Amino acid sequence: MSWFSEFGAILAMQGFNGLSVFCVLLLMALGLAIIFGQMGVINMAHGEFLTIGAYTTYLFSSLTTSYAPAFAPYYFFFAIAGAFLIAFCVGYLVEWGLIRHLYRRPLDTLLATWGLSLVMQQAFRSTFGAKEVSATLPDWLMGSVKPSESIDIPINGLFVMGLTVILTGMLALLLYRSQWGLRVRATTQNRIMSGAVGINTRRVDRITFALGCGIAGIAGAAFTTIGSTGPTSGSLYIVDTFLTVVLGGAASLAGTIASAFTIAQTQATAEFFMHGSMAKVLTLSAVVLILMMRPQGLFSIKVRR
Amino acid sequence: MKTIYRNVLGGKAGTLDVLVLAAILFAVFPFALDPFRLSLLGKYLCYAFVAVGLVLCWGYGGILSLGQGVFFGLGGYCMAMYLKLEASDPVSTKIQSTPGIPDFMDWNQITSLPWFWEPFKSLPLTVIAVLLVPALLAFIIGVAMFKRRVKDVYFSIVTQAIALILSVLIIGQQGMTGGVNGITDLKTLHGWDIRSDSAKYILYYASGVLLIAGILFGRFLIASKVGKLLLAMRDKEERVRFSGYDVANFKVFVFVVAALFAAVGGALFTLQVGFMSPSFVGIVPSIEMVIFAAVGGRMSLIGAVYGTLLVNFGKTYFSETFPSLWLYFMGGLFILVVMLFPNGIAGLMDSHVRPWLARRRGARLRNAETPADAPPVDSSLPGTATVRSPSPLAPGEGASTPRVQPAH
Amino acid sequence: MPIDESSRIKNSRRREVLRVIAALPLLALPLSALAQQFPTTKVNTTKLAVTDGEVTVGQLHSATGTMAISETGSIQAERLAIDQINATGGVLGRKIKIIQEDGASDWPTFAEKAKKLLVNDRVAAVFGCWTSASRKAVLPVFEKENGMLYYPTFYEGLEQSKNVIYTGQEATQQIIAGLDWIAKQKNAKTFFLIGSDYIWPRTSNKIARKHIENVLKGKVVGEEYYPLGTTQFGSLINKIKLQKPDVVYAIVVGGSNVAFYKQLKAAGVTSDKQTLLTISVTEDEMLGIGGENVEGFYAAMKYFQALDNPNNKKFVEAFKAKYGEKSVIGDVTQAAYLGPWLWKAAVEKAGSFDIDKIAAASPGIELKIAPEGYVKIHDNHHLWSKTRIGVAQKDGQFKVVYESGLIEPNPFPKGYQ
Repeated sequence: MSWFSEFGAILAMQGFNGLSVFCVLLLMALGLAIIFGQMGVINMAHGEFLTIGAYTTYLFSSLTTSYAPAFAPYYFFFAIAGAFLIAFCVGYLVEWGLIRHLYRRPLDTLLATWGLSLVMQQAFRSTFGAKEVSATLPDWLMGSVKPSESIDIPINGLFVMGLTVILTGMLALLLYRSQWGLRVRATTQNRIMSGAVGINTRRVDRITFALGCGIAGIAGAAFTTIGSTGPTSGSLYIVDTFLTVVLGGAASLAGTIASAFTIAQTQATAEFFMHGSMAKVLTLSAVVLILMMRPQGLFSIKVRR
Repeated sequence: MKTIYRNVLGGKAGTLDVLVLAAILFAVFPFALDPFRLSLLGKYLCYAFVAVGLVLCWGYGGILSLGQGVFFGLGGYCMAMYLKLEASDPVSTKIQSTPGIPDFMDWNQITSLPWFWEPFKSLPLTVIAVLLVPALLAFIIGVAMFKRRVKDVYFSIVTQAIALILSVLIIGQQGMTGGVNGITDLKTLHGWDIRSDSAKYILYYASGVLLIAGILFGRFLIASKVGKLLLAMRDKEERVRFSGYDVANFKVFVFVVAALFAAVGGALFTLQVGFMSPSFVGIVPSIEMVIFAAVGGRMSLIGAVYGTLLVNFGKTYFSETFPSLWLYFMGGLFILVVMLFPNGIAGLMDSHVRPWLARRRGARLRNAETPADAPPVDSSLPGTATVRSPSPLAPGEGASTPRVQPAH
Repeated sequence: MPIDESSRIKNSRRREVLRVIAALPLLALPLSALAQQFPTTKVNTTKLAVTDGEVTVGQLHSATGTMAISETGSIQAERLAIDQINATGGVLGRKIKIIQEDGASDWPTFAEKAKKLLVNDRVAAVFGCWTSASRKAVLPVFEKENGMLYYPTFYEGLEQSKNVIYTGQEATQQIIAGLDWIAKQKNAKTFFLIGSDYIWPRTSNKIARKHIENVLKGKVVGEEYYPLGTTQFGSLINKIKLQKPDVVYAIVVGGSNVAFYKQLKAAGVTSDKQTLLTISVTEDEMLGIGGENVEGFYAAMKYFQALDNPNNKKFVEAFKAKYGEKSVIGDVTQAAYLGPWLWKAAVEKAGSFDIDKIAAASPGIELKIAPEGYVKIHDNHHLWSKTRIGVAQKDGQFKVVYESGLIEPNPFPKGYQ
């Protein structure tokens, strides 16, 4: 086997790695992006909604292993659905109890949701204990496929990728091809006019927020295949998430996709040529620089304020 | 003289507020608290510098920086570098393979002092660096961002990213910065032992005096034309721009001022706590400092001090009494303050306590004299009647977003 | 307390018998009588929180924040030890009372709370800290206020203090024996060093590199650091695949740990194809990672829950009885358990609670009830201990495959700096 073909294999795997980082970023950011787009609100507790999804998966996993071991290979799909439902409901409640009072003060929402994230972290700690837990994942998820002798493609990476594509597609359909999407886009462009023509903007807000949280729940469930489940696990992802959303610009699904792609490729490439820490610094600096060039993000639509 | 009285001290009510704060800081606390609690208080006062700076740049300038920890940390690191060099004289570090350099450098096989440590051998240069380094960084960030009209949430997230960049950098370059452990075991400032009880008292008083000086400077700024423009800009940026002002310059200015406040706080913090670590540079402390300002009242320089003290005492008290529940209290407090009291403690004072006091006084007057002569309650309100709104455009006027009212 | 100070290890059995005989009359005495034998005025000359019936100690760990994941085990183990000591008569006839403080994963808070414990509460000893950063933050406080800290974590060394007893291993103890073993077993020549980006992994890898290059005559083919909290290791894994090292030497910690091993497994880097030696995965971490994801990898520690000796059986039983059948015990948890026992032994040897006397009495103290077997405090306040190699099992436990002799602690190793 020549060095050359081996190098090719590494190149292929590194390419796949870039793609999978891209999908992880996009999946984390999707939920936050639609909330930010719709309401201009950054939800600092987004990471904790990811954690809700992760803990839901853990619950499903322990229930399955104790009551229905035969069901183990399939429970993961139900866990994802459960994660969505629970995160959706919590998000709905949070919107009702907290966010709707702060719509006119987006910067204040940052602070209030930060407080919320502290409370939620402590709630996880009281409920599940301070130590990390681990959901037993189905065996089929944790292997790798081998298209050739020296290439390994992780199945969990493929799974996250598939999930991201499906979710993004569904979200795009929902936003651009449904009644609800029409209302969302109308509200984003001109809230007052939308109210005047009979759209219940309050309701649109609430569903959007809950939906964003629900998607975070799904992401959290999916991330149990690649990361940890603990009270503060969600906070590992948040800064990357914020940057992806902000770089993408408000109210633009395409922007979020483009920004996740930019960040992921920068990071994956940099990581291959230098230390992880320096690669991180480089990536973050690149994002700051791009934001300087394009203050409203990569893509932004005209919004009447 | 009169303008100074009005602009710097804020008239009768403002003077009273400053005097009350000074009395609490210099007379009540040192006698009511034991040396240990007092040294904690000294530490909180350092955070208060950051909070006061945030009132200027967030409350008045409308710029929410989630990266003030960067400037706090830089100020603190500059000071810590000087102290560390003093603590690493060749005699006390003679067991090292290279005596005379900080211990962590020796552990990392660094055999000579890196160039950027050289200036910190001198105290005057250190003091200059404490102010200049953070100010310069704030200036660069400010120019880069505000000239390009990066604002609102975008700016907040960018500052957050910068905080992360700096903390990753400091941790990654541990040979030159001390890494995640920070710069520890600091002992003397120009031969003066900063760990003794008397030093703690002196540093505490010094912080208090500097803080009050800072507040007065802040008041002067707010009452000046710059302050008025800032408020105007915050509420209707486009109108100010169309009036011919370069909005970005004012934003850069106030951002640099806030950074300077943070840097001074950081340097004093290093002196009082005896170490500096990257955990002050990151995202979490930066957000906490914003919370201090929010609890105190984002439009009130003095309120920021009270807010800082209250949150930190609460944190210490709750975590001592309920070690595993205190995050509920803290989280709950933040949510509550933001939702119900957007003007913080200062807002509560102005909307509830002062009218109540005035009513009581009014009632007393009425009882003592003829009721008909009693002054109307509202006009006798101290505080609200004096320097209420320095803005030429009344805050909230025409704005689609109801703005928080200035108080002080 | 009649403790035979001049005893040697080889005389230990005779000494044990003597000690039991000597202790017999004590058992017959009521508690108060023992306390009277050591009047408070005599055993406490520095105004510590010691009364006739009680002695107060502090516990300083993170119950909240990111480090709570790791430090919970230490909190539990220290409490267990103190309960056991109280149940068997306390220290010099005095019951131990605990004041627990939360360091909240925040170093200045650690310093603040340490000062509170020492200055306000006047505690007789503090069991606490976990990360190096928290220890570095409290160290000046302990030295200035003259307190005693029992520090449980394996750490990078390069430190020694009169006011600290290090109950975990310092870097050379943990690293060198493990590397020697793996080099011999696997005939390993090339190593890939990986760490989270902070002082312990960096210093440990430095020692590892020196040992690999100078002693084992091997080669380090890569050395990589990722920020704490990194969740994406795809690029790193590809680099490992490109280099094909004989051994991957991993010191990844915290939430990154889980991500690293899960992604490693998913990328097909499993123990049948790649030898991996870690010094940062204990049974506690296995809970989060999941045994199936690290199965077959090696860990070098001084303690594993699976150790087969009577002390350990009793310890594991007591721990599970107190904290539930599902709880696991990692290396640091066991080291934390040693703290209160070592302190008790030092107090009894010194016949006093005074910090200076305890510090002076500590070197030479032996502990035979230690779950890890036998430990002894060195003059440099670290412990003599053995290093074991464990193979990770699917059920989250380790199978012990190698045990070294007793290794001398050497926090300032010559030739490794």
